[in-house]
Amino acid sequence: MTTETLPQNKKASNQRQMITGIVLLAIGLLMFVLFARGTQPGQEAKFGMNLSNNAETIPIPDLILPVQPSLYALIAITIFLGGWQLARGIRSTGLLIGIVAFSFVAAFLIWATKDQSFNLVGMLSSSLVRATPIALAALCGVISERAAVVNIGIEGTMLLAAEAAVVFATVTNNLWVGLLTAILTGGLIAAIHAILVIRFRVDQIVSGVAINIFGTGTTSFLSSRFLEKNIDALNNSGTFQIIPLPLLSKIPIIGPIFFQNNIIVYLMIILVVIIHILLFYTPWGLRTRAVGEHPKAADTLGINVYFMRYVNVIIGGMIAGLGGAYFTIGSVGRFDQDMTAGKGFIGLAAMIFGKWNPIGAFSSSLIFGFADSLQVKMQILGVNIPSEFLQMAPYIVTIIVLTGIVGRAIPPAADGTPYEKQ
Amino acid sequence: MTNKEINKAAEKAKPEQEEKHGKTGFVDNMVVPVLAVVTGLIIGGIVIAITNDTAVAAWGNFFQNPGAAFKASWDAVLTGYGALFSGSLGKPADMIAGIQNYFATGDSKLILKAFYPITESLVTATPYIFAGLAVALGFKGGLFNIGAEGQFYIGALASAYVGYSIVGLPWFVHLPLAILAGAVAGGIWGAIPGYLKAKTGAHEVVNTIMMNWIAFRLSDWLLSGPMKSSGFRPVTPNIEATAELPRFFPDPLRFNWGFPLALAVAALVYWFLFKTTLGFEIRAVGANPDAAKYSGISVVRNIVLVMTLSGALAGLAGAAQVLGTDHWVGQGFSAGYGFDSIALALLGKSNPIGVVLAALLFGVLRSGATSMQSLAGIPIHIISIIQGLVIIFVAAPVIIRGIYRIRIGSSDETVLTRGWGK
Repeated sequence: MTTETLPQNKKASNQRQMITGIVLLAIGLLMFVLFARGTQPGQEAKFGMNLSNNAETIPIPDLILPVQPSLYALIAITIFLGGWQLARGIRSTGLLIGIVAFSFVAAFLIWATKDQSFNLVGMLSSSLVRATPIALAALCGVISERAAVVNIGIEGTMLLAAEAAVVFATVTNNLWVGLLTAILTGGLIAAIHAILVIRFRVDQIVSGVAINIFGTGTTSFLSSRFLEKNIDALNNSGTFQIIPLPLLSKIPIIGPIFFQNNIIVYLMIILVVIIHILLFYTPWGLRTRAVGEHPKAADTLGINVYFMRYVNVIIGGMIAGLGGAYFTIGSVGRFDQDMTAGKGFIGLAAMIFGKWNPIGAFSSSLIFGFADSLQVKMQILGVNIPSEFLQMAPYIVTIIVLTGIVGRAIPPAADGTPYEKQ
Repeated sequence: MTNKEINKAAEKAKPEQEEKHGKTGFVDNMVVPVLAVVTGLIIGGIVIAITNDTAVAAWGNFFQNPGAAFKASWDAVLTGYGALFSGSLGKPADMIAGIQNYFATGDSKLILKAFYPITESLVTATPYIFAGLAVALGFKGGLFNIGAEGQFYIGALASAYVGYSIVGLPWFVHLPLAILAGAVAGGIWGAIPGYLKAKTGAHEVVNTIMMNWIAFRLSDWLLSGPMKSSGFRPVTPNIEATAELPRFFPDPLRFNWGFPLALAVAALVYWFLFKTTLGFEIRAVGANPDAAKYSGISVVRNIVLVMTLSGALAGLAGAAQVLGTDHWVGQGFSAGYGFDSIALALLGKSNPIGVVLAALLFGVLRSGATSMQSLAGIPIHIISIIQGLVIIFVAAPVIIRGIYRIRIGSSDETVLTRGWGK
């Protein structure tokens, strides 16, 4: 059997190598046609490397790139990699795709900025901020699905948490109370989801859909019934201040991006690290993964499958609740109907793109946050690409990743299936 | 009788009971959905009562005047639901007066006004029937089409495009062409995740969610650019009169041929699912893909077929909405028909007859909610709250059985999805 399948696999991987190589060459050509062709020698692109009005960081000079040589260099890298892939094959597909994607985006930015100036650090910093709710939603997904419970009700959960946060923060005049309420709300909604799918064995997707409809309905109902009429009493909380971390915030480029944020962004980064460690280096993580991959075996070894699932889903919900808090007390200080605008679903996409791995989910959230931030900045640069297409990118990328053409995303084996103790 | 005897008797009765449950009759099938709706409405009533200012004030004086507290709450619920049902079904007295007036004077104004609410409910029910059938067909084939909302948009846009861009065709060519465009476009939008599922195993739930968001962004772009009418707002031009589904009555009644068409399609779907070989195969794959595969049914073909047909039905929902009711497409055009249709399909137990009944109910709720908002000041979103609850109750019959202490077969557990990956 194995002797038969092996050559086939090799053939398939050869074929895949060919396809990837050709695609890379095509991308290189595309970069030439789209970006390099219309440029003139002597054009320059100016990238701002400091946040405006930022006394915290040590200022550094702006990055001024000659447009044409930079573009040709990036195209050369892409074509070289494509050719190398065709001829010899490159082991690490991830690295390959990473470099090419970087070249493409860099070429695009240089092309879009020609004869203009553009604050690069500002955009990267806003990418991280925009990635925060996506990453938190994705972490919620990772932690539940590693225990084999699918939660597509993240969107509804975040909406409910967002509204709870702003109302409690306004009423008590204390943002921390709001934050706590959001986390508890998220935990509560997730607990309901957990009881429905684990105890009552309701279909996990159905329960998630119900939570989304219920969450949208409840928040909009309360918003138009109470919040819109009593803005100052109920819906005006203020937001968490930006806390520059001492010393770290002084570092050029990295400082303004990572170390001058509000508490929710910091919490998100800390959570990514903690959950990664918990999931892969502790007994709890091993049990969680066992429950997600092979619940029956886990049960045989004395792991309480139901308990593990409850705990994971509820913790996940609390993280989603934190993500909800970002929308109100973490960014604008008030609640608007449907303000999550699909971030819960993009979080789901980030989770898949990140292969059910906390760090991976965080990285893909950054990419999606970058796309989000880019489409805003593009309007400023006056680039003639409809912003809707950039907004579509995360969804299209997810579909492509799921098909397995570019790196296969494999979910936990028991994901989405209820467990019945025998 | 001793306990032992009772146990024995129970054991004896068990097989009989189970046999009865094996062939659940029409009435048995109705018990859970009807009770779910009733419970949802009761909880909705409680929400109305506790968010009513007068009622809340009366409860504040509970110890002085307990009767007034109950009365105020009761009044609030009565006013709310009174407005809901008179706004969606109309008042019988007005209808009789209208008919009398019409025969006495020949003036049709009153009669039209009296029948406006109920015809408007049927108008709202029309897209619900199509979209509910779409999701139900997916369920029957073992697939969860969360993408009805996106397919609805794409179908509506395609129909609108054919409707306004082609001028000078006779109606018997133009109208079928516009309807067909909606079905084909929706079908393609559904076929993509179907094909990916069949060929690569990428889960249809994730991919249909992603396709939804791609559809939303695409429609945003189309409506603000290529398909925008000459006016200021992001809407399409009005469709040609030759593409309109004819209306039965003069304005303002919008009741049109879409409704009978929806009923006919429901009958067609019923016939297709239960009386044709292909329908049998679809249900076989839905019930047990492995068994179906080993009995020679092509699972791949069936998955693609089901998703295409499901998408086409959702596209028809959009077509009916454009061609029959609105005559143009704008942003936020769907108002959640596609998402509600998941609730519909569950409520109707994926049976075309059940779906039609559930769609009528949702049509009544949705169209009545508008007058509830204007007459009783209750935000329209209460309907979403009720819908979310109804989904949970239908999906977890245990809860309903627990509340009403009834014994119904447990055969109706809903496990629709079988994990993410395969």
